[in-house]
Amino acid sequence: MRLRSGVFAAGCLLVQGLGVGLFLRGFFPLPVRSLPRRENRGGQPAEPPPGPGVTSNWTKIPSPLFKKVVIVLIDALRDDFVFGSKGKQFMPYTTQLVEKGTCHSFIAEAKPPTVTMPRIKALMTGSIPGFIDVIMNLNSPALLEDNLILQAKTAGKRIIFYGDDTWVKLFPKHFMEYDGTTSFFVSDYTEVDDNVTRHLDTILKREDWDILILHYLGLDHIGHLTGPNSPLVGPKLYEMDNILKKIHTSLLLKEGEASLPNLLIVCGDHGMSETGSHGGSSEEEVHTPLLFISSAFEKRNSPLKHPELMQQTDIAATLAIGLGLPISRNSVGNIIFSVIERKTMREQLRFLHLNGFQLSRLLQENMPTYEKDPGFEHFKVAEKSHGNWIKLYLEGNNSEILLNLGKKVLKQYLEALKLLSSSLSKQVAQYDVYSMTVGTVIVLEVLLLLLLSMPKALSSRAEFEIPLSPPLFSLLFYLMCLMLCAVHVIVCTSAESSCYFCNISWLMAVGVMMLISALMCVILSTFGKMLENPKLPAKNPVVSNSSWSELDVLILAGTIGHVVSLGASSFIEEEHQTWYFLINTLCLALCQEICRNYFLVKECDPQITAVKPNFEDTEETAQSRNVDIPLCDSKLGKVTSSDEFIKGSEKWMALASPWIILICCRLLRSLNQTGIQWAHRPDFGHWLTSSEHKAVLSLLAAISLVMIFILVQRRCSLVSKIAMAFGLLGVYSYRAAIGNVVFPWQQDSKDISKGIIEARFVYVFVLGIIFTGVKDLLKSQVISADCRAKRIGLWEVYSGLVLLAALLFRPHNLPVLVFSLLIQTIMTRCIWKPLKLDAAQITIMHYWFGQAFFYFQGNSNSIATVDVSAGFVGLDNYAEIPAIFLTGFATYAGPLLWAIHLLCYLSSEVSRSSAAMGHGCFCYALICSIPVTVYIILVTALRYHLFIWSVFSPKLLYEGVRVFITAAVCMSFTAMDQNQAQKIQD
Amino acid sequence: MKDSEIKRLLSAHIFCVFSIILTTVVPSLFLENFSVLGTHLTWLCICSICVTIVNIILYIIFKPNPSSKRISFAHKVTRFLKCCVYFFISCILFHGIIVLYGAPLIESVLETFLFAVLLSTFTTLQCLCMLGPNIQAWIRVFSKNGAMSIWDNSLQITTMCSIVGAWLGAFPIPLDWDRPWQIWPISCSLGATFGYVAGLIIAPLWIYWNRKKLTYKSR
Repeated sequence: MRLRSGVFAAGCLLVQGLGVGLFLRGFFPLPVRSLPRRENRGGQPAEPPPGPGVTSNWTKIPSPLFKKVVIVLIDALRDDFVFGSKGKQFMPYTTQLVEKGTCHSFIAEAKPPTVTMPRIKALMTGSIPGFIDVIMNLNSPALLEDNLILQAKTAGKRIIFYGDDTWVKLFPKHFMEYDGTTSFFVSDYTEVDDNVTRHLDTILKREDWDILILHYLGLDHIGHLTGPNSPLVGPKLYEMDNILKKIHTSLLLKEGEASLPNLLIVCGDHGMSETGSHGGSSEEEVHTPLLFISSAFEKRNSPLKHPELMQQTDIAATLAIGLGLPISRNSVGNIIFSVIERKTMREQLRFLHLNGFQLSRLLQENMPTYEKDPGFEHFKVAEKSHGNWIKLYLEGNNSEILLNLGKKVLKQYLEALKLLSSSLSKQVAQYDVYSMTVGTVIVLEVLLLLLLSMPKALSSRAEFEIPLSPPLFSLLFYLMCLMLCAVHVIVCTSAESSCYFCNISWLMAVGVMMLISALMCVILSTFGKMLENPKLPAKNPVVSNSSWSELDVLILAGTIGHVVSLGASSFIEEEHQTWYFLINTLCLALCQEICRNYFLVKECDPQITAVKPNFEDTEETAQSRNVDIPLCDSKLGKVTSSDEFIKGSEKWMALASPWIILICCRLLRSLNQTGIQWAHRPDFGHWLTSSEHKAVLSLLAAISLVMIFILVQRRCSLVSKIAMAFGLLGVYSYRAAIGNVVFPWQQDSKDISKGIIEARFVYVFVLGIIFTGVKDLLKSQVISADCRAKRIGLWEVYSGLVLLAALLFRPHNLPVLVFSLLIQTIMTRCIWKPLKLDAAQITIMHYWFGQAFFYFQGNSNSIATVDVSAGFVGLDNYAEIPAIFLTGFATYAGPLLWAIHLLCYLSSEVSRSSAAMGHGCFCYALICSIPVTVYIILVTALRYHLFIWSVFSPKLLYEGVRVFITAAVCMSFTAMDQNQAQKIQD
Repeated sequence: MKDSEIKRLLSAHIFCVFSIILTTVVPSLFLENFSVLGTHLTWLCICSICVTIVNIILYIIFKPNPSSKRISFAHKVTRFLKCCVYFFISCILFHGIIVLYGAPLIESVLETFLFAVLLSTFTTLQCLCMLGPNIQAWIRVFSKNGAMSIWDNSLQITTMCSIVGAWLGAFPIPLDWDRPWQIWPISCSLGATFGYVAGLIIAPLWIYWNRKKLTYKSR
């Protein structure tokens, strides 16, 4: 099958998009969530009915087991700090409690990422937060899902909190009293804890609270500073031990005879590795101690065995039962049985039933085939026997049989709970490695195919012959299909955790398998063909020149360097620096190339380079050069002076243009300080957005809009010129309406509206301009008129998008748009013209500039910099699809506008061969798919890295979205290309 | 002719390399608390001055492009002044380029400027010594196939190596290792220095290996 390289590249990118999508689906498992139907939320279930038509008299939530609860959370408390030799040495009181006191001790296992915020969420909601959570509530740091603190507050409990201010951010309005300490200064490990402890004496004397939460950060800071074996750990543990002793004794004193007992919980949010850091999934990081201390428990008389292993999520469910609250809806935890083992049999069964009911409902909402789940089946059985037990109980049967039956039901319940919670956690906790592998294989194969087809696709014909039929009828293809299907069956039947790729219909799975093996066979046969006639690669225009120009070397080195830098987290955080650095170097290289172009033409003059035979005589060289140049100048002087004047001005323009571009880039760079390390530095954007400088901002925005108009209008038709002018006016009045900028005549502060009318006014013009452009394009295609209509049409589409970007960008970012247009104009006029670069080179340079402008806009590789407000421009209330589209466009405006400009440029160049569009499209696809592919492999390798959630995952999302956008760009390239191809055939 | 020339070149370069090594060691004997990283600005000054002196001495001794004509004293003085002006312009130009690359504009101006001076001594100064204040000659040397003697070749190589060294030296800055040498402009100036030293060593070797292929057009 013979394909034009544009079509081929677009097809490849679409397949790659499929692969990336599959990978992302495997990498970010969807969180286990109950459906957000608040009103539909039934109350807590009653006890299972003892028989048909009969209801039990226990229908309410059981009353609390404990009066006051104190939670002492010690950050980075590892299990051996309490249960190991360090604990025995430095925590004598706690050790004594654990060994002989009224205490239940466990090891709670935390799920990665073992960092504080997700762990607090896990402790309080009982769910397992994944990375997707971070994106889902992008706007509010507050915890919105159902949680223990929320339930306690609605039940009227008074909660007091002292410690890490992450809690205050998560629960902004829930605490009666709080004092947050920031964990900003890691080197401080005494002050942070003293700030918590200083409240302790007064608070323990007071009676007006029900829940007290203390979060101590000092141990974590010590870990980060000097590691778990440092001499600082001991005194800190001793300090914690004293605090626990103080709390415990005062709690014991408070307990009156009649009232309920109090409860003290000691836990850690995560452990620490041997180097003192955390975030990963090593045993030291995930194992934390968990102590329940209360006089309600039996005194331990036998020496402590090894503590039992629990899940961290179990704490939420247990606490909810202990406080007489409903279990939070998304909790996947089991109630810890030993806490309730001294209650009556009926109460125990009731608690377990509540827990099981909540879990099975969560399972119903998350798993389509919940009825087949063994946990659910067990639960149903247990519920039925529970009903029977209640029937017997209500009948007054009080014998041994009842006790034994109760024990049996209990066992059934515990089994069901364990199964339920494990099948729920499986959905969220693990990477879905199988889907990830399948995705990676597809992406990698596409990249290989693109690379192998490069020599042919970039040849002057710009066509690529896909060897489709021989591989499709080869034995290898069928064998591979069979083998992959067999692997699929084996993996899916033996998989322990849930797997997305196994859950899709088998027809689709087989389709994907066939795709993989077809790609493989095509690659192999292409490779074989290349080996057969190795002369082919010489046709590649880039390689064909025996010596590479500096520009080629730079492009290659830059691409490779960027791809390699993706392996380091700091380089991902500071990726903008890479791009700024590269485009600066590119500008300097262009400058050198222009210099050479203008100055060295003379050198090549045959009269001057006439070889003189005296090699030995180097003496007069310098002088003779001096003589030669004026001679040459005088010769050139004979050319008509007007021509020379034009040429001269052109030359100086060309020489100056890289410097102008460099200065523009430097100015833009100081506009938005992005990244992590230097993000706090003052930048011009912040200065502008502060309220004192509103007048300056208004002036700047107005000038920018005028500049945009001047730069865009030159190639538009009259109608769209007028529309553009009105649209830009509309943009300014929109910004004035929402209060970003002011009109000069507007003195008093007008009341701020949402600016819906103004924004919609602009949208009308955007659509109008794009519509005119598309109409022109269609006309040029159907009537096959001159090229000019098409050029204007394309440019109009481009200017429509510029107008949209102007509307969506924040006013201080408007200069970014201006500079982007300016640089594009300068490049088209002064740089590409004299240099006569290859379409491939121009494409790659456009891509680089697009990337740099992505960061000039203020974006970075963290999710936090996505400007969500762009999604609400001109919308009354949140509408998902337009909001996503607008936000995506505003975020990727830089790369998109540069890509569309490339399209305009390549199709408007008459002098270029018809293959230029194909080359451009192919190069664009290739240059985008290289980093994505490498990054996917890197992320798979680094999936247990400390920064996987904070650094690598957001970047992965950005890259994923970029693939889809690139695919869209390539499609539009192909559409234009097709158009051109038809014309040539005519 | 070539072997003797190459030997001369090699000895000159080795002299240069030794002078740079000495600048890192010797000042600590006279100055308290001197270290390349700690008191980087001092080192930058010392290194620039030292390399300048060494280059001028070498120029006087070796005279790579000697001219047969007698030059009057006044001519020499104007030539020297011109060289100074050119050197200063090149410092400013390098400073500008460094700022365009993203160095802070106002804060740490001194650091940036001294780095520019160092780069100028590694590149422009050599050109001034060898070619004189003669822009056309510079353009010739730095164009493809423009070298007319092994001195021109070595000039090309050392200049390119220093600039590439400085360029590569910027890479460690974004890494979060918190090392003292990541502070601006230490990594870049060290990169430039290493590049320069590498260029000095590579140039004679490269010329030696390629001595058969190198034929110089001259008049």
